[in-house]
Amino acid sequence: MIRYIIRRLLISIPILLIGSFACYVLVASAGNPLAEMRFRPGVTEADIKAAEASLGLDKPVVVRYWNWLTDFLSGDWGQSIALGQAKTAVFPAVTDALWTTGRLVIGAELLALTLGVSVGVLAAVRQYSIFDYLATSTAFLMFSMPIFCVAVIVKNYGIQFNNVLESMGLDRWLTTAGPRPGGFTGSFGEVIFKYTGTFLLPTIALMLISFAAYSRFERASMLEILHSDFVRTARSKGISQGRVIFRHAFRNALIPVATLFSLNFGAVLSGAIITETVFGWSGMGTLLVNSVRQFDPPMLMGWLAVTATLIVLFNLIADVVYGILDPRIRLG
Amino acid sequence: MANINLASEGGVVNSAPQSGSHEFDATKTRTQGQLVLQRFLRHRLAMVSLGVFVFLVLFAFVGPFIWTYDYEDVSSRSYQPMSGTHPLGTTQVGKDMLALLMRGTGYSLQIALIVAALATAIGVTFGALAGYLRGFVDTALMRLVDLLLIIPQIAVAAIVVKGFSGSWYVVALVLAAFAWMQIARITRGETLSLAQREFIEAARACGASTPRIIFKHLVPNMIGSITVNATLAIAAAVLTEAALSFLGLGVQPPDTSLGVIVLENYGQFLNRPWLFWGPFIVLVSLSLAVNFIGDGLRDAFDPRQTKVRA
Repeated sequence: MIRYIIRRLLISIPILLIGSFACYVLVASAGNPLAEMRFRPGVTEADIKAAEASLGLDKPVVVRYWNWLTDFLSGDWGQSIALGQAKTAVFPAVTDALWTTGRLVIGAELLALTLGVSVGVLAAVRQYSIFDYLATSTAFLMFSMPIFCVAVIVKNYGIQFNNVLESMGLDRWLTTAGPRPGGFTGSFGEVIFKYTGTFLLPTIALMLISFAAYSRFERASMLEILHSDFVRTARSKGISQGRVIFRHAFRNALIPVATLFSLNFGAVLSGAIITETVFGWSGMGTLLVNSVRQFDPPMLMGWLAVTATLIVLFNLIADVVYGILDPRIRLG
Repeated sequence: MANINLASEGGVVNSAPQSGSHEFDATKTRTQGQLVLQRFLRHRLAMVSLGVFVFLVLFAFVGPFIWTYDYEDVSSRSYQPMSGTHPLGTTQVGKDMLALLMRGTGYSLQIALIVAALATAIGVTFGALAGYLRGFVDTALMRLVDLLLIIPQIAVAAIVVKGFSGSWYVVALVLAAFAWMQIARITRGETLSLAQREFIEAARACGASTPRIIFKHLVPNMIGSITVNATLAIAAAVLTEAALSFLGLGVQPPDTSLGVIVLENYGQFLNRPWLFWGPFIVLVSLSLAVNFIGDGLRDAFDPRQTKVRA
């Protein structure tokens, strides 16, 4: 197992290198970060030349990539060069955004997984029941829903719950602007109150989308297992229905879902980006949108490198988990 | 060769005289294609969805010729409620929402269809090549798939659209560049097992070239899963394009698409809900319809599916 992990990590290195080079070339060819400088009054040709030299833009792209890569690996992720917020360091900006998004994603995914798996198992055990039809059609509907519409609906209807609370003489609970940069203050109860109020609505929105995929997947895999020979054998031995479902079928049906959970990371990330945008959070989504709009290559490269590394890591975790859960698969 | 193989598979379903049913004489000369078509036509949900899809296509491409307002016409008053002259109201700048929706649906459809066509063509070619040739080609192509899977599509699409242009074909090309991997993997998997069959060996023994084997022998035998996945790729492309445009990183104004319409109007959710629900309903019915058609096709192509046989 350890040899497998090491080998996989070694294979990821060239993939990440080629991927980051492709990204660098793409970002470098997509625009000139100094384009706006030319429109500013009083900027001479010499100023532009000097700025180009200080950013290293006068060197060929391969050299620039090499410089970026060595700096990046030694922990110097560079500084934002967008106008307005010049000289913001990339590293804290990306990690802060990742922390905000990460908390949202982890909560939503865990909830979605729990709910999706339970609904999927129930729907499979009671196949063709009303519950099954309801669960299947809900999942199908959510699957075809644009995530930003779900987020808009959850946000606008959810926030009205505050009015209900106020009419009952309580404080407003739900907020939509995202966690404050300084963290939550106050007594323990207050922190919990603010934390849940901030995270509840976006978590629900993101959960609804992931939930559809998990419940569909779990239902299909559970159905397949329930119709397999070893389950029939277990039944014919006289083992109780509950024990057959939970000890024999359920544990095997979890395997594909566990892989989906880790492989889904890229999709969940883009879902989180959209949810954040609707709720006005300043996470990875806002960072991406702003860096693209203001065209900020160092920030974009930091963003791309972090997400690509995370996706590679999650793919590796998926394979390892698969190997642990399913002894038929030998990793070596 | 492929035809013989298809006919024999169809024959299993066809030759049911021993069941003693009265359908014997009705089934004597039906090809696999006719059987699939028949099963699809009997899939009620898929037929309703096909109707919705055709309606949306007509709405998008014929509607603008009938409807009085143009999507660029800003002469109406701002934020008019739903009325006889403006069935879905007008937007902030005084555009008629129905006209906007027609144009937006057309753009979304255009992009989604091109993405699906390109992704299927690339995916099938690469997948079949990798599965048939194996060895170095296989490794190289699958590494390329791995590489594309680690780069977040949403970011690359945003950068390309920013750097080049927000024209619809640029958006379509970027989305297609990231949509073919799934189809390539499925095609490769099927090719790996099909390539071991006798008819491929026979074709090779006859001296057929690689392109001929792939496109004349392998692809016709995978037509079922290719069609299903192409349909699902359309639905996925509709949603991805809308999401990208919603972030302001896809189709750029003054051009419009369903995502752009939602982006421009979702702020009015509480005050003028029709401005949100209009595009929402079009978007959801489009993606639901295409998904259901895909589901119906999957059932129709599934050889184990026999319960709706006439």
